[in-house]
Amino acid sequence: MATKMAQYKGSAQYIVSDELRNSVNIAIALGKPLLIKGEPGTGKTMLAQSIAEALDKQLIIWNIKSTTKAQEGLYVYDTVQRLYDSQFQDHDVSNIKQYIKHGKLGEAFRSHDQVVLLIDEIDKADLEFPNDLLWELDQMSYYIPETKETITARTRPIVIITSNAEKELPDAFLRRCIFHYIAFPEPDEMERIIRVHHPNLDKRLLEQAMETFYMLRNLNNIQKKPSTSELIDWLQALVVGGISPSKIKQDMPFLGVLLKKNEDLDLLLNGLQAKTQNRSKPRSSMWGR
Amino acid sequence: MFTEFYYYLKNFGVPVSFNEWQDLMEALDQGMAGSSLTGFYYLCRALLVKTEAHYDRFDLAFASYFQDIEAVEGLPEKIWEWLNREVPPLEVTEAMRRNHQQLDIEEMKRMLAERLAEQTEQHHGGNRWVGTGGTSPFGHSGYHPGGIRIGGDTRSLSAVKVAGMRRFQEFRTDETLGVRQFQLALRKLRQFTTRLDGAREELDLEGTIDQTCQNAGRLELKWARPRVNSMKVMLLMDAGGSMWPYTRLCNQLFTAVHKSSHFKDLKVFYFHNCIYDWLYNDPSCSQRDYTDTEYILRTCDSNYRVIIVGDASMGYAELMRPGGIIDWDLDNDRAGIEWLRRLRQHFEYSVWLNPIPARYWDRMEGAFTIGAIRTVFPMEELTVEGLERSIRKLKSRSRAGEESKLVY
Repeated sequence: MATKMAQYKGSAQYIVSDELRNSVNIAIALGKPLLIKGEPGTGKTMLAQSIAEALDKQLIIWNIKSTTKAQEGLYVYDTVQRLYDSQFQDHDVSNIKQYIKHGKLGEAFRSHDQVVLLIDEIDKADLEFPNDLLWELDQMSYYIPETKETITARTRPIVIITSNAEKELPDAFLRRCIFHYIAFPEPDEMERIIRVHHPNLDKRLLEQAMETFYMLRNLNNIQKKPSTSELIDWLQALVVGGISPSKIKQDMPFLGVLLKKNEDLDLLLNGLQAKTQNRSKPRSSMWGR
Repeated sequence: MFTEFYYYLKNFGVPVSFNEWQDLMEALDQGMAGSSLTGFYYLCRALLVKTEAHYDRFDLAFASYFQDIEAVEGLPEKIWEWLNREVPPLEVTEAMRRNHQQLDIEEMKRMLAERLAEQTEQHHGGNRWVGTGGTSPFGHSGYHPGGIRIGGDTRSLSAVKVAGMRRFQEFRTDETLGVRQFQLALRKLRQFTTRLDGAREELDLEGTIDQTCQNAGRLELKWARPRVNSMKVMLLMDAGGSMWPYTRLCNQLFTAVHKSSHFKDLKVFYFHNCIYDWLYNDPSCSQRDYTDTEYILRTCDSNYRVIIVGDASMGYAELMRPGGIIDWDLDNDRAGIEWLRRLRQHFEYSVWLNPIPARYWDRMEGAFTIGAIRTVFPMEELTVEGLERSIRKLKSRSRAGEESKLVY
């Protein structure tokens, strides 16, 4: 089994760090779910798509909301449909099997080929949600009491779970996962990521924009730091707006794309003002420009 | 294999379980570490560490353990431990600063390497040697992540270097964080008691549908009791001058408590340094707008969870003597500590959050009063981790002052 394991090497659309690639391959080899945490916009969700693409497997996405229950991922017994059918008497109601609707997890288990299952933003759900899935993720099987059936995965799916750390996940659940934290990319890594999205970007523009971006991220007291996806949007805006590279650092156009909170914008503007006031001489030249 | 490392991790506060360790062994059997230390590092981290908050501890443990491969046994652990203790930059004394200016990093690196080399020769005396000789120059360099240096000097141990960089230091949850994190911590402070009593007055829609369908269409109504949080919270905040440096931090907590709309009741009062006969209704501590402490003790039942925020540092008399109050035009018949004891006696679920980091509690000017108050209230530092710990204490009755004993 260990000899012919699919190895994930990253894909053209997604730049993956060595650490992350390692973690993915460990998770695949051990058949355990991979739990991905990280700042918003570091490409947690994209990872699953990239794995599916690179290994040529089907991707099943289970989006978790605050109301999602673990049971829904396995199957739902559609009792209401059965009631309707019994009233019109055009179906054989005694066959309960037709009223069992499999959820995303069930779909992944029942698939003939190995699939990639993405459980997106697991921390959105109720506190007990991960605990309810312990057995199913461990054994990759579940039992349906209504039909006295056990669904077992033919091939263990590659399970990717993402979390934004809105809730602490229970220890018992964590013990069953491989964990990886996506650190925020360093400038050179960031450049490679941007090149994927904007291959023909002017070098000067990129340089200036990156410098401004990391300056903003390093500001103290900022509440919501701009992330990768915001930088990509900002670059798009700069290109479309035809801003010349020399003006980026001075004017910081389209700042609203990067900073989403009023407090942060105020903080930045105040900081800049204080700076220009300290340097009393260039102040007049600034207006004279 | 590496069993010792398992205990190492535990000692460094990484909660490793046996199951995870077995997984690691299985992965090693499959050759997934790629027979390199770097591979082993990532493999271990992916399997054994389950939150980025522990990455830093893991890095420390890893660097510490695998440093042993090349150095004398037991020694680097002591150095690391020692370097860690010197992390607070505040402790730089004049002498240390002078030393630091004299030596540049390169030179210090060289000196530390030399010193390590010398200690290889003298096995047992080494401990004292670094302890005294190393104190000034390396004390400060411990503030820079010291591991780069120690790990960097050895040529092949790149993983130790990675670990030594301690890139994940900022994710430690004992660091102070923003409003949102406080809010999340406060969310844990809830108690849905009405599950147990009260009228079943809420229509359980799902249950009704389910039951009706099970009955093949004969309607059967299901009722449930509404879930309400019964948690009542009282926040007492020090608004004294010595709290100034912590304004931002306290504001964050205050905002978080206010945003947490899930409490049944929330009362906020202020005090100046210590609590006496009255509590102020607004942070300016205006002497016209106050509530008697006596009145609060009488009217608020002991189910209130009381969170006191203050630096607990004050003059001896302010806490221990009648009439010791800091405001010159006021007087108190009972000593502050007596009021604190009465509050604690009445409100069994209470904690004291101190914005001063816990490692300074014994060494500050206010060490005496901090110690005295700790015998009355369980004290935690005002960080997310501290808040979480105190919320655990607020949920059940905790013994007062279990951490410290004070002799009068």
